[in-house]
Amino acid sequence: MTLDLALFLVLACIAVASALGMLLSRNTVYAALYLVLNFITVAIFYLLLGAPFIAMAQITVYTGAIMVLFLFVIMLLGAENLPAPNALPWQKPLAIALAAALFAEAAYLLIVKARSLGNVLPPAEAINATENLRQLGVALFQNYLLPFEIVSILLLVAMIGAITLTKKEKGARSG
Amino acid sequence: MVPVDYYVILSAILFTIGVLGVLIRRNALIIFMSIELMLNAANLAIVAFGSVIESFSGQIFVFFVIAVAAAEVAIGLALIVEIFKSKRSIDVDQVSGLKG
Repeated sequence: MTLDLALFLVLACIAVASALGMLLSRNTVYAALYLVLNFITVAIFYLLLGAPFIAMAQITVYTGAIMVLFLFVIMLLGAENLPAPNALPWQKPLAIALAAALFAEAAYLLIVKARSLGNVLPPAEAINATENLRQLGVALFQNYLLPFEIVSILLLVAMIGAITLTKKEKGARSG
Repeated sequence: MVPVDYYVILSAILFTIGVLGVLIRRNALIIFMSIELMLNAANLAIVAFGSVIESFSGQIFVFFVIAVAAAEVAIGLALIVEIFKSKRSIDVDQVSGLKG
């Protein structure tokens, strides 16, 4: 077994375990922290796949900004420990069966399609950080300039939307 | 050498766990985190395929997905805060004001 494959398998175990921890933990803060671990392992996968810029964007945006925002809201609402709701009894088995069917179909189709594609580039070849960043920047600002600008407008709209949603209206009763 | 289908299977497993989170949990915040997990699983598959065909398009696409996810989280959490203010709960079963 090569070093790449061993690294992949260990990281995959961590990713799946942390995702399951997020799914199963009762405490919302623990769930958020498991998800942070999951995002960091995915960032290391991006490094292995030769995408250092995406890996750093993943860490700064997802674990740095998004999950901190999540933790902030959890603590703001005081929603760390919710009582277990009285769920419908047939819901959980049905959900598990549907998810298993979804996974089987996706895995079958994706493997049938992906097997012929071959191997990913080994990290030693794939990671060439300065060259990757230069080419990414050129592609982003030449071929994809319009989507880039549209995304900036989208972020502005989201920012204004979040402020208007949570701001107290004048003359309205509390909240 | 890691075959690309290993990455695809991992991505499918993470996506399925995200779907299970949406289906099983009733806490709106956990459901939202599961959606983030699904976005991440899809991103991982896109970058893996991009690495196989040695193209930058996959990485650029993932960059845009991350930006849109950031916008989505800002709006979604603002909505959850508003729901909590009016219902005093973030249990999605409580949000049934439109039920006939």
